[in-house]
Amino acid sequence: MRMELIQPFINAADAVFAESLQAPTKIVDLTMDEETYRRKGVAALILIKGDIEGRVILDLAPEVALKIASHLAGGAVEGSEQLARETVCELANMVIGNSVTLLNDQGFRFKVYPPEIHVNEQGLAGGADTEAMVICIETPCGEVYLNIGMHYLHRRRNERDAAAVLD
Amino acid sequence: MQQFAPLHRKDNQSVRYLVVDDSVFARKNLIKMIEMFGGEVAGEAGDGLTAIAEFNRTKPDIVLMDITMPQMEGIEAVERIVRQHADARIVMVSSVGYQENILAALQKGAKHFVQKPVKAEVLYEILRYVLSDDPNAAGAPVALAGERRA
Repeated sequence: MRMELIQPFINAADAVFAESLQAPTKIVDLTMDEETYRRKGVAALILIKGDIEGRVILDLAPEVALKIASHLAGGAVEGSEQLARETVCELANMVIGNSVTLLNDQGFRFKVYPPEIHVNEQGLAGGADTEAMVICIETPCGEVYLNIGMHYLHRRRNERDAAAVLD
Repeated sequence: MQQFAPLHRKDNQSVRYLVVDDSVFARKNLIKMIEMFGGEVAGEAGDGLTAIAEFNRTKPDIVLMDITMPQMEGIEAVERIVRQHADARIVMVSSVGYQENILAALQKGAKHFVQKPVKAEVLYEILRYVLSDDPNAAGAPVALAGERRA
């Protein structure tokens, strides 16, 4: 996978969690995901379309999601699964939004869709045209996983560049 | 917790806010900040269409508007609200902070932009600026994109 496409996701995830939790975070693992993705707990999925197409899943064990939700809510939210899901969706939204902002600065154009709760046990595997990568981030509340599966559309970008020249 | 001097309208009444975001969590977070600033929540909406209806119903002093939402996105909602209410004060609050988005929102009539995750002190300064009828008198305390990351 092209590192310049991945680095913004790493930077954004690190920054969003550090800022939201007001504590340092650490990238502890970065692996290519060749097996079919298996959900670990509460997961939010965001679709991306444009020069880069694919999906990003933010995935947290249920107890980590509740800890983070409690921290952000400023008090215990034990047993509140709905709030945990809401929290994971909004965190995913912030991570992806900040990532695409960084990628946009590099000239990539795309549209981000609202997050949705990912309920399937399995997701997409990496393949010939879609590379998948899992980033594990250590936070004070526990580990957070970011699963990125996407492919880069040379053709679409070339078409846009050509259209810009014609204009 | 950080302390903020309450923000007031010119008539010394509390500032009334309409909070628009499809995430309940994000709305709660913004409402917490509004309360820290001494404001009052006039209404909430989870999409652009509801935001227009809520604006017409509540006539808020300030709208905090997300961009990426189902049904109708924030920028289109800004355009429709400002078309009917040219004096509407709308601040975009979004994680997607690239230049095209910011410019599109400002061109449609939004007054400012702040990027998520929102820092209370950044939002406070933006609101103070937007509430001021004379921006020059209040100074321009924040950059266009708020806390945009390098």
